[in-house]
Amino acid sequence: MKLYRNLTIKQKQIVWAWGFLAIPVLFYTVIRFYPTGNAILISFQDWNLLGERTWTGLENYQKLFADPTFWKVFKNTFVYLLIGTPVSLVISFFVAYHLDKTRFMHGFLRMLYFLPFMTSAVAMAWVWRWFYQPVPIGLFNNFLSTFGIPQINFLNSTTNALPSVLAPAIWAGLGFQIIIFMAGLRAIPQSYYEAARIDGVSPWTVLWEITIPLLKPTIVFIVVFSSIGFLRIFDHVFNMTTGNPGGPLNSTKPLVLMIYETAFSSFDMGYAAAQTVVLFLVLLVVSLMQLLILRDR
Amino acid sequence: MAATEEIRLSSDALLKANKPKRPANMGQFLRWGLLFLGGIVMIMPIVYMISTSLKWPHEVYNLKLIPDEPHLENYTFVLEDGRFYWWFVNSIIIALITTLCNVIFDSLVGYTLCKFRFPGRYIVFIAILSTLMIPTEMLVIPWYLMSQQFGWLDTYWGIMFPGLMTAFGTFLMKQFFETVPDDFIEAARIDGLNELQIWWTVAMPLVKPALAALAIFVFLGNWTAFIWPLIVTNSVEMYTLPVGLSSFGDEADVAWELIMTGAAISTIPTLIVFLIFQRFIIRGVVMAGLKG
Repeated sequence: MKLYRNLTIKQKQIVWAWGFLAIPVLFYTVIRFYPTGNAILISFQDWNLLGERTWTGLENYQKLFADPTFWKVFKNTFVYLLIGTPVSLVISFFVAYHLDKTRFMHGFLRMLYFLPFMTSAVAMAWVWRWFYQPVPIGLFNNFLSTFGIPQINFLNSTTNALPSVLAPAIWAGLGFQIIIFMAGLRAIPQSYYEAARIDGVSPWTVLWEITIPLLKPTIVFIVVFSSIGFLRIFDHVFNMTTGNPGGPLNSTKPLVLMIYETAFSSFDMGYAAAQTVVLFLVLLVVSLMQLLILRDR
Repeated sequence: MAATEEIRLSSDALLKANKPKRPANMGQFLRWGLLFLGGIVMIMPIVYMISTSLKWPHEVYNLKLIPDEPHLENYTFVLEDGRFYWWFVNSIIIALITTLCNVIFDSLVGYTLCKFRFPGRYIVFIAILSTLMIPTEMLVIPWYLMSQQFGWLDTYWGIMFPGLMTAFGTFLMKQFFETVPDDFIEAARIDGLNELQIWWTVAMPLVKPALAALAIFVFLGNWTAFIWPLIVTNSVEMYTLPVGLSSFGDEADVAWELIMTGAAISTIPTLIVFLIFQRFIIRGVVMAGLKG
């Protein structure tokens, strides 16, 4: 105590700051940094949890890049991204753009669109799974059959399964994106619109020449945020295709599901760790692209 | 002078003349109608889930939205079975403790990084920032090995430990402590409060909206978390709601109305939270999205 009292105000501040940070720094070191290093380390080893950990160098990566399942899964992951991101971007922008211009019961409409964001992915995956079942169980096929339209095989078809799994993932994220878009739209100064009105510019030109360019930071944020989400898709896939995880012929299997199965069904930890490193690098590239695009503004 | 005045007046007139007419025209009406329809489509899965959870088995497969005789038997059945009751309690305990921990530590770290000047500040800042880049999926294998080694598998601590602090929450809070004037803190120091008291009694009350937003996000995130609880738990009593629901649905002979009941049990609490704190949550989403 005497020692503390003799410190200058500045020194006391340093003691307090590190006192406050002691537990968090320990936490981040042990629960974030050490495991990151460990994952990279394990990716160069062969280990099935029970036996010895042996160094294998790049063998796991060589095996991975020669594995046709990996390429199938890699492709699936990017299909989720390349369909999911543009579709959710266009829908959420469209809704936000019109919702922004609507005054009547604005809060109520906004609530309808936002509610799915508050649901749990697992619960909703099961609801959608029920919707997709064949007659007489599934809602969609029952609906189609009342109009005499032939049934659609949603989850057990190699072509339809992936979009069917993707739909609830897009649906659940829309509310968040709509709110972010509306905040972005509100941030555009009204004076731009007034200037355009004085010049007699058509609404379509206003949209393309004023609104969308000024929304660029918002758009980049949403694209990156939802891209990362789709690259990490797991909950929906796991719950909509259980019993046959990854869908017929792995047609819906994303990278994270492959990681999960390699690590916790086959217990091939080294191989799974190599897959997580690949996922990490993919996510890193996507995030860096955001920085690059935002910089050249 | 006169010339500029004239220009101003004429541009005012132009503005007035060009102002769109306000009456509820066809376009506005159509826009509202379409938005309303879209909104109804959006909540359909939730509505059908709740409606089915109130149905008897024989009417599950018809498209009727309102059950002929709504009843709560499915809920009593599912809860009396015991498992959903445990899972619900597990989820509540885990989400509450994690939320409390995040609110305290994320704001403490955010406050320290924002208001203190000390050697190593920048390094700590960059280090925590960099953890945002590391995906959870990369850490689950080392976390699992760690849990195995220390006997954390299948315990509350095992489920909770990875999420006790988040970089996202730390940065959200750091942003908001920027709005607390340094003078307030200086004044409290002169009044003889120690740093811990200043943080808790002066700074924290000033960022209450951000704390609430953080709490809601962390709670929602933990309530719906799936992959890590799935990995770390293996006895049925330790499952959280999402893991339990997933295994419950897998039992082949389970009826859809019971699955929907389970899904409703895990969804309704967050929906109620949303309906009560709607404005708050929407503001929180915007804050988190634009500042986080």
